[in-house]
Amino acid sequence: MTDIARMQSASIVPPAPRIERVPLILFGALAIAPFLAALSGAEGYVLSLLCRVMIFGLAALSLDLILGYGALVSFGHAAFLGIGGYAVGILASHGMEDALVQIPVALAASGLFAAITGTISLRTKGVYFIMITLAFGQMLFFLATSLAAYGGDDGLTLPSRSLLAGTTILKNDRVFYGFCFICLLGVYVLAREIVSSRFGRVLRGAKENPTRMEAIGFHPFRFQLLAYVISGMMAGLAGVLLANQAEFISPSFMTWQRSGELIFMVVLGGLGSLHGAIVGAAAFLLLEEFLPEILHLASFMLSSDLQSRLVENWKMVFGPVLILIVLFVRGGIMGLVPGGRHD
Amino acid sequence: MTATLLLIQALNGLQFGLILFLIAAGLTLVFGVMDFINLAHGVQYMVGAYLVAAFSAWTGNFGLALLLALPTALAFGLLLEVLIFRHLYDRDHLDQVLATFGVIVFLNQAVKFIWGAAPLNVPVPEIFSGSIEITDGLLYPVYRLVIIAAGLAVALLLYVLVSRTRVGMLVRAGATNPQMVSALGVNIQRLFMVVFGFGAMLAGFAGAMVAPILSVEPGMGDNILILAFVVIVIGGIGSIRGAFLAAILIGLVDTVGRSFAPNILRFFLDPATASQTGRAVAPMLIYIFMAAVLFFRPSGLFPAKR
Repeated sequence: MTDIARMQSASIVPPAPRIERVPLILFGALAIAPFLAALSGAEGYVLSLLCRVMIFGLAALSLDLILGYGALVSFGHAAFLGIGGYAVGILASHGMEDALVQIPVALAASGLFAAITGTISLRTKGVYFIMITLAFGQMLFFLATSLAAYGGDDGLTLPSRSLLAGTTILKNDRVFYGFCFICLLGVYVLAREIVSSRFGRVLRGAKENPTRMEAIGFHPFRFQLLAYVISGMMAGLAGVLLANQAEFISPSFMTWQRSGELIFMVVLGGLGSLHGAIVGAAAFLLLEEFLPEILHLASFMLSSDLQSRLVENWKMVFGPVLILIVLFVRGGIMGLVPGGRHD
Repeated sequence: MTATLLLIQALNGLQFGLILFLIAAGLTLVFGVMDFINLAHGVQYMVGAYLVAAFSAWTGNFGLALLLALPTALAFGLLLEVLIFRHLYDRDHLDQVLATFGVIVFLNQAVKFIWGAAPLNVPVPEIFSGSIEITDGLLYPVYRLVIIAAGLAVALLLYVLVSRTRVGMLVRAGATNPQMVSALGVNIQRLFMVVFGFGAMLAGFAGAMVAPILSVEPGMGDNILILAFVVIVIGGIGSIRGAFLAAILIGLVDTVGRSFAPNILRFFLDPATASQTGRAVAPMLIYIFMAAVLFFRPSGLFPAKR
């Protein structure tokens, strides 16, 4: 079945032979990174930074599934990060610390929230869809700030990372890195299967021309809703990992600015290529992390006072960089890599 | 007691609603006429508040500061239009959201850079300080009444401007069918600039007016921006009348809901649960309201376009 699907899509758009290089290099680099990190002398720092990259890569990937393939601009995707995170935090504070309990609960909760909000949101189009998803995100944000029993505004510190089948192996940073890696790889493979399946092609068809899809007998709403639910559950998983990585959960996980950042990661990497979203997340987080350092080096000729003010206000450079990227780097990073795009 | 509280909260809600209207009016016009999502509209509100803070510290007079802040806010809005937004009109909504998001990141940091991270206080102008007795034993700050009056005056001015003048006619036509307006020989680029600058000035005016009663701080525009979006979506994009009614509605629902949700829930739940649930539900009310409106009327209550 999938083979036939592949052949058919291949007959429409001949895939460039070099396509698969990018994900191969990407996952290869992530796989060998911990071994290099051990040599760098700052293993803890490198691992935690790369874990964040993978977790946000996972969240951005989930968003790309509906944004890149369904043209559904969800401006409330950070809500799912919050649901996943709070599932961990709330269950842990009631003594259920095993990831094997927390993850299914988080997935179920994200899926349910996505099903309810998706049913309402998908009735609207375009700008209204952006705004209604934003409204649902804000709703959940305010709900979290009022959860006085679970920290309210201040958030909730987890007693420790989740257990895995009763063992404490996730407390080891290397094991946790591996766990994030497996989650990301698994979700990536799953998402690839989804977009190349019949379901994925209907979704893309609905993006190109919903009227025509309806005319040939498909009901775009159902496909879009299912995609929205799947995407929400994937982002919920990212939320579980993020809470564990930070060992902390707070409403700030789901501000609307965070949703905006997720969209940015997807667009920065290049819409509709899945691995592009991961590359975009990596580029965004690494830029955020190292821009102060870069500014420090670049401003060596300035006085040390000015230099420190510039480094402190690095966001004044970051903002314009974002604007310039939108204005001039069309197609994202994947658009720059030869053969990086395939849709 | 409850009636007095209700009256005070209703006045607060009205005042909040009018401020929201000042912001939403510009947003809905820019949205309706240019089909442009401007997330940076909230920072224009913040810039207005900072400008009036800076000018009133410099001149020592709030009225003078306001007079200086308005043209500066206008000039600033036009500067942003020429530098950035003009290049985004023919892009899709996604690009507009992202680029204006970058503007927010920059400006929130820029005001921190110039004025520091600590909140600034703007004194309430001398003649409007103090409170007056509206009814028996009910004291209400004069300045808040001034905000209500100013908001109503601007709403009226805007109504006359949009429904009685030539520019207003073009704006209404633009909100309905921009291609046709352009085809009829109107300089759409200049119309865009006028609408944009005017919207920026209104947002700046809103920020300037609330500066004495709120603390002026970086990021103050971020949350009110979302509320302004809720307002224009409920009101129907491009409709000034819709924005006005929706803004008042949102202002009242939010303000009154926050103080009365626990009391109302007390009829159904025990007091402790009621106050906790009330506090949880109150901030969500307007979003629930918005979702309900969009569910039944997917293009808002008073859509300008058909």
